[in-house]
Formats: sequence, structure tokens, C-alpha cells
Amino acid sequence: MRKRHLMVAAALSLAATPAWAETIQVTIDKLAFSPASVEAKVGDTIVWVNKDAFAHTATVLGDWDILLPPGKSGRLTLKKAGAVDYFCRFHPNMKGHLTVKP
Amino acid sequence: MLIRSTTALAALLLFAATPLARAADKPTDPQIAHIAYTAGTIDIEAAKQALKKSRNKDVLDFAKDMVRDHEAVNRQALDLVKKLKVKPEDNDTSKALTKAAAAERAKLAKLKGAAFDKAYVDNEVAYHKQVDSALETLLIPSASNAELKSLLQTGLKIFQGHEQHAEHVASMLK
Repeated sequence: MRKRHLMVAAALSLAATPAWAETIQVTIDKLAFSPASVEAKVGDTIVWVNKDAFAHTATVLGDWDILLPPGKSGRLTLKKAGAVDYFCRFHPNMKGHLTVKP
Repeated sequence: MLIRSTTALAALLLFAATPLARAADKPTDPQIAHIAYTAGTIDIEAAKQALKKSRNKDVLDFAKDMVRDHEAVNRQALDLVKKLKVKPEDNDTSKALTKAAAAERAKLAKLKGAAFDKAYVDNEVAYHKQVDSALETLLIPSASNAELKSLLQTGLKIFQGHEQHAEHVASMLK
């Protein structure tokens, strides 16, 4: 009986967190963001996984700047809706696009 | 004396204008590996000179990026030639590149402050453009080993990125 209560509590706490918030992975390999274009919602988290031996960034000038050392990852939780183009400050030929829905 | 210095100047101009054109006959993989490694080393040395001479934050940050990236590419190149048991082979193109770079460094050594910053960054734009075109038109098409070709293709993207980065820094110096 007590066990069942715990399960109900667990189910409720799961429901209370925004269960639909997703983590979306973008891989960087050979100086390219993949997928280059991502659709997400406010509350989702983007994780960039850098597979290159080079440092990169995911940057929107004047907004966010995620440093991605070689072989490491970095993350950003999306706080506002809108569409942005981001790029790598070290290699401005690396470009990505993010569409964030409310 | 006049004749000698004019000849030297003409030779230098020829080198400076077309240091990569001499490999018009298709380079071999050991030669390509040497040229690519040399091109990276030259840019590292140019960056180290800038790190000593410049006081401009954008220029210093750019130079640090150049050292970090080109050391990483060259490490990958060394690992690859070791794996493939290829011995990089010195050649006329590598020699011409090295000679032109030494002349450029000597020229930059005489400059100071903003004049140095501008000359260094302008040369970085020109140098990366030159290497991009050599990679695209000669080195990548000539490479026969698939892994070497792939590394050169990554190198091309790095160099193209640096060219754009250098252009951005140049625009901020104006």
C-alpha cells in the first residue's frame, strides 16, 4: 500500500515537470553542425557534442556564446521563442540555425 | 651588385606570387603531406610573431586561435603519416612556401603597433586564400590516399574558416 503511494507520488512529480521538454543533440564533426537546422520549443535543451580535435563555439553575437572544447560538449536551455542563426566564432564558415517555438 | 639584387628580387617576387604553382606536375602523397604540414607550421610561426609584437586583443585572440588549430591539424597529420607509414618528403613547393614566409616575417619584424597588426592580419587573409586555392585545385585532387584526402578536406574547411575570421578581424582594425 505504502509502495503504491510512492508510485503515485513519483508519477505526479513526473507530470509536474514539463515532461515534454526535450534534449536535442547537435553533433559537430569535421567543422559542420549536424543537423544544421533544428526545431525546438522553449524549455528544450540543445546539447552540442564536439567530435573534432578543434575547439569550436556555438554563438549568437550579443546573446549566447557556448564554448565547445575538442571532444567536449556544451549545452543551452532555450528560454525564448524565435529563429536565430548561430555560428562558430573561430570558424565563421560553420553555421547553424535554430527555430524555437513558444 | 645591382644585377645580383635585381635577380634576387625577381626570384623573390616570383616565389611570392606563385609559390605553389611550381608543383604544377602532380605532387605525390609524401610531398602533399609535407606541403600541408609546412603550410600549417608557417601560420603557427606567423602567429607566434604576432603574439610577441601585438597589443591588440582581437589580433592576439586570433593569433592564439591560429596556433591552437594549426597545432591540432598538424598533430593529426603526423598521426596519419605514421599510421600510413608515409615519410613526408621535402619538395620545391614546401621550400618556396618557407622562403616566402621567412621574407614576410622579416618584413613584419620591422613594423610596430597598428601598422604591424594591419600587415599581419592582411597577410593572414592573403595567405589563407592562397592555401585554400592550393588545397582545392592541387593538393586535394592529387591526393591518392583516402584518409589523407579527407584530412586535407578538413584542413580546407579550417583554412576557409580562418580566412573569414581574419577578414572579420581586419574589418575591426579599420
